[in-house]
Amino acid sequence: MTAQGTPVLSLHGISKHFGAVSALTDIELDVHAGEVVALVGDNGAGKSTLVKILAGVHAPSAGRIAFQGREVTLPDPAAALSLGIATVFQDLALCENLDVVANIFLGRELSPYALDEVAMEIKAWTLLQELSARIPSLRETVASLSGGQRQTVAIARSLLLEPKLILLDEPTAALGVAQTAEVLDLIERVRDRGLGVLMISHNMEDVRAVADRIVVLRLGRNNGIFYPDASNHELVSAITGAGENAVSRRAARRSTRDSSLGETA
Amino acid sequence: MGDAKLVDRADERLKSAAGIGGAILAFLDRVRSGDLGSLPVIIGLIIICSVFQSLNTVFLSPSNIVNLLYDSSTIGVISLGIVCILMVGEIDLSVGSVSGFASALLGVLWVNTGIPVFLAIIAAILAGAVIGLFYAFLFNRFGMPSFVSTLAGLLAVLGLQLYLLGESGSINLPYGSPLVNLGQSLFVPPALAYLLGALAGLALFWRSWRTAARRRNANLSAQSLHILVGRAIVITVVLEAAVFYLNRGRGVPLMLVVFLALVVLLDYALTRTQWGRAVKAVGGNREAARRAGINVRRIYTSAFVLCAVFAAIGGVLSSARLASASQQAGTGDVNLDAIAAAVIGGTSLFGGRGNAYSALLGIIVIQAISSGLTLLDLSSSLRYMITGAVLAIAVIVDSLARRSRVSHGRA
Ligand SMILES: Nc1ncnc2c1ncn2[C@@H]1O[C@H](COP(=O)(O)OP(=O)(O)O)[C@@H](O)[C@H]1O
Ligand SMILES: [Mg+2]
Repeated sequence: MTAQGTPVLSLHGISKHFGAVSALTDIELDVHAGEVVALVGDNGAGKSTLVKILAGVHAPSAGRIAFQGREVTLPDPAAALSLGIATVFQDLALCENLDVVANIFLGRELSPYALDEVAMEIKAWTLLQELSARIPSLRETVASLSGGQRQTVAIARSLLLEPKLILLDEPTAALGVAQTAEVLDLIERVRDRGLGVLMISHNMEDVRAVADRIVVLRLGRNNGIFYPDASNHELVSAITGAGENAVSRRAARRSTRDSSLGETA
Repeated sequence: MGDAKLVDRADERLKSAAGIGGAILAFLDRVRSGDLGSLPVIIGLIIICSVFQSLNTVFLSPSNIVNLLYDSSTIGVISLGIVCILMVGEIDLSVGSVSGFASALLGVLWVNTGIPVFLAIIAAILAGAVIGLFYAFLFNRFGMPSFVSTLAGLLAVLGLQLYLLGESGSINLPYGSPLVNLGQSLFVPPALAYLLGALAGLALFWRSWRTAARRRNANLSAQSLHILVGRAIVITVVLEAAVFYLNRGRGVPLMLVVFLALVVLLDYALTRTQWGRAVKAVGGNREAARRAGINVRRIYTSAFVLCAVFAAIGGVLSSARLASASQQAGTGDVNLDAIAAAVIGGTSLFGGRGNAYSALLGIIVIQAISSGLTLLDLSSSLRYMITGAVLAIAVIVDSLARRSRVSHGRA
């Protein structure tokens, strides 16, 4: 399912240097409305850096960002949020001294001069129920939550804004089996509502399950675009660099052992 | 009514805590996990009062309590500013100097230049705001630690104060003027004081009752009417008893009412507005607040400016109390008393945690120590040592509570 028309998000030649380190070089990327794009790559490939650029956390060193066809700059997170780009960061970015409701509504509280705690709590419960979250009390501080619960709070936060584009940096990394399925369902629901989704994951099964396109980054550069029907071998060699590597060696050992087992049977 | 139907009580892991017994259990649970609130300072205050009362029976006499609260009001207001700045995890070491500078400016403009007093007060407060803006600029623009910039400010602003006062070194404010009356002889008429106490209790009840009703309508757990009524009655009785006691002395100082009004106002701003939420968020996790789209610099600026403005208001009030603007105003222990009060009252030095009432409780503790030792005719050397020890205890309690919160998942 590839959506047509102007992409929600379109990146041209995005580069990012941290001092002498080039975290990203000449990245090209499109995300359409109603499309889930998976961003995959090894550790340190620059995925989180790209997400942070799109969230307005880092400024790119070079390149252009177009959002809904218009060229934009994202000087700070507030700019990205007001455009309709919501982000679930890998390092979550929650305030541990605030309770769950306060974290979900942080920066977007209802009635700023006389906070409407009741309405916020109801809305928070609704959002979390959509995510089948198992959080006993929303009036406890976030410090008392497990990693998975925090992840759910962060995801609920990103949905609150009714964004046009959602960036999810390893959203299922801390989640259990059932909740992972719940989040994947949610990603599909969000896509079906016509939002663009950019998802980072190390889990190829999850990626294949929901992604419409798979964009591979390697050492800060584009290293191919795949579709969910691509073979594991193709994906892995794009991620790790074509040819011989630890993954292919393991796979090779495995297949020779399997075939030798087959012969003896 | 089955608790199971409530949205926020649905999880079976929640210990159901209903009624008054449940509320007490929940409170004990909170305390045990390091969420101490005002408990340590109230216990400390009771101990301090018992000790001084047993040493000198004048200590708890109405007239001494009136004086004690009168004196608390000026530095208490300065301490409110410290609460603001500590909440974002920064510090202002120059509040004493700023208060002294504000009182000097007031004296010069009002007495020496003949400008109407309210204009002079506004000018003094604006001067405080400008100083706060400057600290915020240094912090936001150059990342200058507030510890250093305000230490420099302490000296620079003290210099300004001395410069303004010039040769004479001291300006007497006219006796009989409304401002000096506020600082020395204005008391709330007894009937009005009782009425204010009752109104406070009623307002508290009305607000909590409305919230409870809305929560119940929304199918959320809400406090039962018993608890709401009980709490409102207890608070009203305590307030009325205090008014009664003070009225046996000179009465309720108007300046105390001004201070209390500022406490309530700041408490509202910190707990019930978007700004207050942002202040706590910035103090708790600056980067998370930034990523939530909060303009972090503006929040820091507001905290620095508010802190200096409260310091200036405190300076105006203390010059009214002393009927003079002198070179000594704001020097000595004003600075540390104001900072110690906020911390003793329970506002954390680590940011993101605290409340406006800590300034009130903390300053009463400090003034109680000071007043008790004065009654015993003990020198200020002992006063410094004891206040220092209390501050150290407060910081230890703060650190231990923080550690306990971390291990109980409430950091
Ligand atoms: N704030 C930073 N300062 C310096 N280097 C950074 C910073 N953030 C990321 N990097 C570097 O950028 C590269 C990409 O990191 P990252 O985007 O986190 O990778 P990924 O999320 O794909 O694992 C890494 O080499 C990392 O060391
Ligand atoms: Mg990453």
